[in-house]
Amino acid sequence: MQKIGVLIETKNGEVKKANYGVITAARSNACELYAFLLDGSGEAAKVSLQAYGIHRIIEISSDTGPVSRNPVLRARAVLDAMESLGIKVLLGLASIQGKDLLARIAAALDAPLILDCIAVNLAEHTVQKSQFSGKTIATLKVEGAFRIYGIRPNTIEATLSPSEAQVVAFPTVEKNADLTVNEIKQSSSGGIDLTEADVILSGGRGLENSENFSVLFECADVIGAAVGASRVAVDEGWVPYAMQVGQTGKTVCPKVYIACGISGSVQHFAGMKTAGMIIAINKDPEAAIVKKSDYFVIADLFKIVPVMTRHLKARIAD
Amino acid sequence: MKIYVCVKHVPDTAAKISILDKTRIDERVTFIMNPYDENAVEEAVRLKDQFGETEVIAVTLGRQEAESTLRSALAMGADRGIFIKADENPDGMVTAKALKRAIDQDGKPDIIFTGKESIDSEGYQTMYRLAAGLGMPVVSNAVSFSLEQQKVIVECELEAGARAVIEMTLPCVIGTGKGLNKPNYPTLPAIMKARKKKIKQIDLNRLNLDKSDSRVDILELRPAVEERKAQKLDGSPEEVAAKIVRILHEEARVIP
Repeated sequence: MQKIGVLIETKNGEVKKANYGVITAARSNACELYAFLLDGSGEAAKVSLQAYGIHRIIEISSDTGPVSRNPVLRARAVLDAMESLGIKVLLGLASIQGKDLLARIAAALDAPLILDCIAVNLAEHTVQKSQFSGKTIATLKVEGAFRIYGIRPNTIEATLSPSEAQVVAFPTVEKNADLTVNEIKQSSSGGIDLTEADVILSGGRGLENSENFSVLFECADVIGAAVGASRVAVDEGWVPYAMQVGQTGKTVCPKVYIACGISGSVQHFAGMKTAGMIIAINKDPEAAIVKKSDYFVIADLFKIVPVMTRHLKARIAD
Repeated sequence: MKIYVCVKHVPDTAAKISILDKTRIDERVTFIMNPYDENAVEEAVRLKDQFGETEVIAVTLGRQEAESTLRSALAMGADRGIFIKADENPDGMVTAKALKRAIDQDGKPDIIFTGKESIDSEGYQTMYRLAAGLGMPVVSNAVSFSLEQQKVIVECELEAGARAVIEMTLPCVIGTGKGLNKPNYPTLPAIMKARKKKIKQIDLNRLNLDKSDSRVDILELRPAVEERKAQKLDGSPEEVAAKIVRILHEEARVIP
């Protein structure tokens, strides 16, 4: 049986929800699924990983415990495990970290790598991914002894497929890396990542200044949503670049994207057009985003969003 | 120092993309330098201003038209260019090998900058392959960069606005993000001067790259459909807010 590897991404020792879509994509009757875990959380992750069809959990560790945060050492650890287990197909999340790690692995193997896949067919070696800033969908044929795929978070719906998973320890020895990670600086702007959020509230020109973004943050806080911004809001210096959604910012795929005071340029759409649902709140009935939304409200966002926040609070408190 | 900057000629962000023969786009649209590559060129040129005795060499691979993007890099301050001429757009593996070979033939790089991604093929991988081929350390998504006594300190964007502070020694490869700097657009005299700067042209076929069994081919391109039936939500702010909350709960199922 063919062995397929799935690189699992964790946060604070917990398997991120977005991994289950990747496992679902990797699954088929004719293969054995190996989950790679690097942070020592194998036993804790067993119940959820086997619910989605993982057969073996490869708990990769270093001589000092979990594999260190250094991306070079992490890539090397996964490569060691792939080699030792004879795994030639690897899937992972095309998150920021996943893109880095999968690219390091593919480069070391000189293997084909497709990132941001929205569909994969492992039997036929084909994938679908967006190109030209999301304006086209390409079907690509991938050939090579090794094949590496990164799945765009939240694009493949996770479905359960219970199996029995075994946790297997895989100790590696860490050698020198050619770079060192001195520090991880956490951001002040909350912990929800745009690219993995289920709901994003995004603000544009209509927010008018930096302070007004608090209207969005307050609403987002209630439901654990992330806050994004259009390029205008970033260029004006109202919010940091890390919040920018669009062609030259983040590409996001939330279940719901609520665009507040955003006109919806082609470039902005390039970053959020694959959202499950788009809700636009805009004063201007002619704004491009209105026609391209699922639901729209023609109104002043400052009159709507705070009321929404109040309704959501009441609902969550119930 | 020798700094190489890899740039790519891509369709303008606002260009309407039409598909020809199922696998190609209609290239009769405006092309520009890949936006992230502008940050790469800018950073290289700033280093030249800071350290002196530094040569900035822009490298591109593409069809004849791509030369204009190389000229843009020269107008932004790169000293000379290397143009790898290709008839087709090769996959990421071939591209990286070609860039490596062309750079190897040209000189000994101290730093290689690339944009963190290209907005056409959206591959996110050239810098990693280039670094693996050259045996150099690599980071991508760099939003801050400093160089002191052969030591490079970069900050790379992680999820949720966090950053990794990473240290490397020269030579190294760096994929630049948008937040790294604000590119200065060239002045007219700079554009005129760039016309006289040297571009070395190499044919991709002449680089004699090793044949590989690994490849990625485009089977089909289709337009991404955007079909949404925009429905208006009417009423007072109270009513509209209630409707949105109900949609979030019942239809999108993102709140309890």
